[in-house]
Amino acid sequence: MILILQQIVNGVMLGAVYVTVALAFNLTIGILNFLNFTIPPLFMVTAMFAWAVAEHGLPFGLTGPLNWALALGVGIVLTILISLVVERLTFRYMKARYGDATEHAIPLVSSLGFLLILENLVRIAYGTEPHRFATPFQDLNIRVGGLIVSLPQLLSLFLALAIVFGLSRMLATTKTGRALRSIAENPDASLLMGVDVSRIVPVVFVLSGLLCGVAGAIFAVNYGQVYSGMGNEIGNKAIAGMVLGGLGSIWGAIAGGVIVGVIEAMSVHLFGGDTVQAIVWGLLLVALIVRPQGLFGHNAIGKGKL
Amino acid sequence: MTGYLGGMLVILSLNIILAYAVFLPVATGQLNLGGAAFQAVGAYTAGILSAEYDAPVIVSLFAGAAVSGVISFVLALSILRTKGVYLVLATFAFAQFVSGVIINVDLLGGALGMNVPDHIDGPIIAVAAVVILLLVMLLMQARFGLAMRAIHDDDVVAGLMGIEVRITRVAAFTIGGVLAGIAGGLYAFYFNFIEVQSFDSLSSVYLLLFVLLGGTQTVWGPLVGAAFFTVVPELFRYVVAHLPVGHAASTGQLDTSWRFIILGAITVLMMVWRPEGVVTRTGLGRLLHRRVEKQA
Repeated sequence: MILILQQIVNGVMLGAVYVTVALAFNLTIGILNFLNFTIPPLFMVTAMFAWAVAEHGLPFGLTGPLNWALALGVGIVLTILISLVVERLTFRYMKARYGDATEHAIPLVSSLGFLLILENLVRIAYGTEPHRFATPFQDLNIRVGGLIVSLPQLLSLFLALAIVFGLSRMLATTKTGRALRSIAENPDASLLMGVDVSRIVPVVFVLSGLLCGVAGAIFAVNYGQVYSGMGNEIGNKAIAGMVLGGLGSIWGAIAGGVIVGVIEAMSVHLFGGDTVQAIVWGLLLVALIVRPQGLFGHNAIGKGKL
Repeated sequence: MTGYLGGMLVILSLNIILAYAVFLPVATGQLNLGGAAFQAVGAYTAGILSAEYDAPVIVSLFAGAAVSGVISFVLALSILRTKGVYLVLATFAFAQFVSGVIINVDLLGGALGMNVPDHIDGPIIAVAAVVILLLVMLLMQARFGLAMRAIHDDDVVAGLMGIEVRITRVAAFTIGGVLAGIAGGLYAFYFNFIEVQSFDSLSSVYLLLFVLLGGTQTVWGPLVGAAFFTVVPELFRYVVAHLPVGHAASTGQLDTSWRFIILGAITVLMMVWRPEGVVTRTGLGRLLHRRVEKQA
């Protein structure tokens, strides 16, 4: 029993990473109706670049090896910048000119192009083997009635929840938030109502880049290990979390991310590590067939276009 | 026709079949991010039937195609009730699920791969590719192809004109699944060995990209895309191997990575300047000095 509970705790902690990445997915799909496949590689780039900076210092010999926290900051900033480049080269061109059935997919296809570029650049630069990301508090654990809870993981969970909460407040109360929600509702109408759509859209990419960066940082600190395949292995599972929770729903991202985390921890515990992929994606397939709108989603997502 | 060139021809033929497998759904506006997974289903079904049950090659091949077709039918039928990105997500999930299952099932050889004793020679695969190419062209000329083209151009109007949009989409997706299954079976019997890495999600992305870059408006697009992305990387490999600086030792890994980076860059640039792909209806018409109906 205690073992099962421990797995649930581990799953929720792992869920913190999924929640953050799922939220990044959800923002772009909920507001811009854009399934952004650069999000998993961005998550990976943050961690890998932070590792490289912590190990070797900034490129071109600008500095010596940096402190781990500073390195993570540099990684996050780089991620946001790349996310903006992605916006410049994918989303700007979403207004299709040719009236094809695949026109809605232009940014998606372009983001697949970025996925290939980023994944393989990192592979060439840093290799495919795992690297150790050292932080001073790797082994800080607290015990709650026989359960082991890692302190950094607990903090990251709270950090993830704080970000989600801040984001939902921001969307609900600020002027930018209102503009974003109006674009989600109807981009043409919001343009007519005086929302400067082309200026607001980059905000979404900054936010999703930030979320990927934070998720990458959380992963690097908690697991002490980074590798070039982590975008594909970890980041992609956030897609499962997003769909389970419901496309376009912030609270859905939280629920879905945590559910995927717990399912993963439980299947590792019960059936072994190899089965995780089959179980998580199999469940997602079933969910897509039975209830595509997810737990909290609504049907409007994925229909309109900008 | 032996050795290197023969091998190239086989890979080209397989890529052409796969390109049409992905082209059919895409031509009705449904991206398929699971092309390699449907290929894997065909390859493993054919492989098991042949290796474990001693089924004749032709039976195993068709069984593989049938299983892949049934799975795509069930997937498309249930997911296409909804609009939007759900089918993309489902094909993506399916690709991940298939590799997850293959790794865990001992009968399929797990991560070690699986030997397939029976063999098919290269020329048969080339003939199969030509036959499939002709069949797809015939299909696109038929009433069904016209319906697909109408949906490709505007699904709402196509629906108003009395075309069964959903049925056409499901049918196109299913035929695509069958073709991918055939390609998988041929792959298994030609190489006599299949492993999960040959059908990973990156291969599916690669497939989809070369179809889209070739162009989905006409039946020639996938052919151009498949040919280009089979031949050019080989030339690239040749160039890299013969660079004067110490690149002669460059390993396959590095080579593949650069290849993917270039494909990614081409994709991004093409989506900026020519998202409809290289081969378009108007472009083709101009090339053949044919009168072209004005595009809106």
